[in-house]
Amino acid sequence: MSAPVVELRGLAKRFGGVHAVEDVSLALQAGEVMGIVGHNGAGKSTLMQMLAGSLRPDAGGIRLDGRPVRLASPRDARRLGIEALYQDLALADNLDAVANVFLGREHTTRMGFLDEGAMELSAREVLARVRPDFPDVRRPVAQLSGGQRQAVAIARAIEFHARVLILDEPTAALGPAETHAVGDVVRRLRDEGVGVFLVSHDLHDVFALSDRIAVMRGGRLEALVNRGDTDPDALVELLVGGAGPAPA
Amino acid sequence: MSADRRTLVTLAVLAMMWLVLNRLTDGVFLTPRNLANLAVQSSVVGILACGMVLVIVARHIDLSVGSLLGFTGMVVAALQAEWLPESGWTWPVALIGALLLGAALGAWQGAWVAYGRLPAFVVTLAGLLAFRGAAWLVSDGRTVSPLLPQHALLGGGIEGFVGARWSWILGALGVAALVGLRTRARARRIRVGVPVRPLPAEVFELASVCAGILAFVAVMNAYTLPRSDVARGIPVPVLILIAVAVGLSVLARSTRFGRHVFAVGGSPQAAERVGIDVRRVSVGVFALMGVLCAVAGIVTTARLEAATSSMGTLAELQAIAAAVLGGTSLAGGVGSVGGAVLGAIVMQTLDNGMVLLGISSPARQICIGGVLLVAVWLDGALRRRAER
Repeated sequence: MSAPVVELRGLAKRFGGVHAVEDVSLALQAGEVMGIVGHNGAGKSTLMQMLAGSLRPDAGGIRLDGRPVRLASPRDARRLGIEALYQDLALADNLDAVANVFLGREHTTRMGFLDEGAMELSAREVLARVRPDFPDVRRPVAQLSGGQRQAVAIARAIEFHARVLILDEPTAALGPAETHAVGDVVRRLRDEGVGVFLVSHDLHDVFALSDRIAVMRGGRLEALVNRGDTDPDALVELLVGGAGPAPA
Repeated sequence: MSADRRTLVTLAVLAMMWLVLNRLTDGVFLTPRNLANLAVQSSVVGILACGMVLVIVARHIDLSVGSLLGFTGMVVAALQAEWLPESGWTWPVALIGALLLGAALGAWQGAWVAYGRLPAFVVTLAGLLAFRGAAWLVSDGRTVSPLLPQHALLGGGIEGFVGARWSWILGALGVAALVGLRTRARARRIRVGVPVRPLPAEVFELASVCAGILAFVAVMNAYTLPRSDVARGIPVPVLILIAVAVGLSVLARSTRFGRHVFAVGGSPQAAERVGIDVRRVSVGVFALMGVLCAVAGIVTTARLEAATSSMGTLAELQAIAAAVLGGTSLAGGVGSVGGAVLGAIVMQTLDNGMVLLGISSPARQICIGGVLLVAVWLDGALRRRAER
């Protein structure tokens, strides 16, 4: 395998006396989807927030392309190509898909006015890559379905060259058809060489989409398994701890 | 319902009101003279409403605009009548001084909202009280006059019109600019390969707007000086309103700042997350509103040819009403500058029409209040239906 795009080494985070994350090491390849599963309080979110720059680790480090990086804020992370999509998606509902894809990074003409033509062109291209059936790019995103809104947020990440994408419960609020569409999006991202962390409660989603699955319990990495080597039932046992410790 | 379609609805309502009032007044309402009066009467609230749209879109409110209009108007009057020595520079210095004062006080209020983390309602309520007091202190409550003779031109008095030739030239320039910009934008979209609207629809819309501009010029030119056939042309305060409305519309729709104002109004968290400086946007919006208060103060003093310490009282509520009538949502994120100007004209139309009908001032107030209530209720009902 090639060098990992991102590497977490011995990350730890404590809140008061509670070890939210304890000595977790993981490496994600480009074009790999890694599922992160665990119960509430298992440390999934804390781990991902450290990678996204929202939390500072108490110990351990993060390497991008083999080089250590310091992520003091989400802005730092985004600049380095690490983008986190939370459930609220950070969309402005009153604006259309084009405006949302370029929000905060609008293209302007030499006169300083918004370059709507160029932005619409790029937005159409990137949205078609994420989701070929995307409807009207000029409709306010409030009128789109949950999956379509997610496509807008993912398109924004891709347009700005995200190399590592953290999807936090991407299918939590979606119906079956939309969940299926998000699956297609994740597979397309993988084919484009983006590394994806897929954080989810839904074992079936994770199992269907991930190449490898990291199981977290009590802030520790309980197991790291290849999808081919396991099945959902075995995962459940790891989650509740029935199979005994099986460190990575 | 898109903002553009909402503006069309307002336009249709306005047209209906004009026809009904014209019938009720036996044809007096739609005379060039009355329409020119209506345009001048709408100018001050229209100017304020343009800025109020952006304030409300950004999820704020500005209750201080009437008082700030009074204070900046008082200062522009005092500068030219009392404080500055008379020279060729007096007038421009007074105007620029008032605009800078408006910008500074607006930015000051915006800073309290953005960095002091106080609700705009409280900050601008304080402004409402303080600026009114400041206006009074400038002259100890006296009316300040006389102003410089050229100042009255900005108010549209007997000479404050640009004449037939300039009205046609300005109208033609407006039409040419509009056609040129639209054609270029369309050509650009075709060149980069982005879908365009059907040509007939685009031509029809453009032709309607151009016809509207030329009809406006023709009506203004049909209003002549007393006992002569010399056309007055477009009143200067109306030109100021048009310039403000066009400028702010472009700012709102075609600049990064305008886009960020709408983004902040749609979702402050999302705006913050994508790296927009939400606090700077707030300060900018209030500073802009302050400048427009000064512009409105200049026009008000020019119309009065004096400054009184009660100028602009309750203008903030008229500006808010105009913005809301024009489709601005008090929840933020939705609104258009053109709609707000139409809203100001709708309110002035009601007032003007009822004056012609001989309805008393208290009865007019009750009526306008009722219309505001019903209009906003209907608007909400229509929106909910459109969203389903």
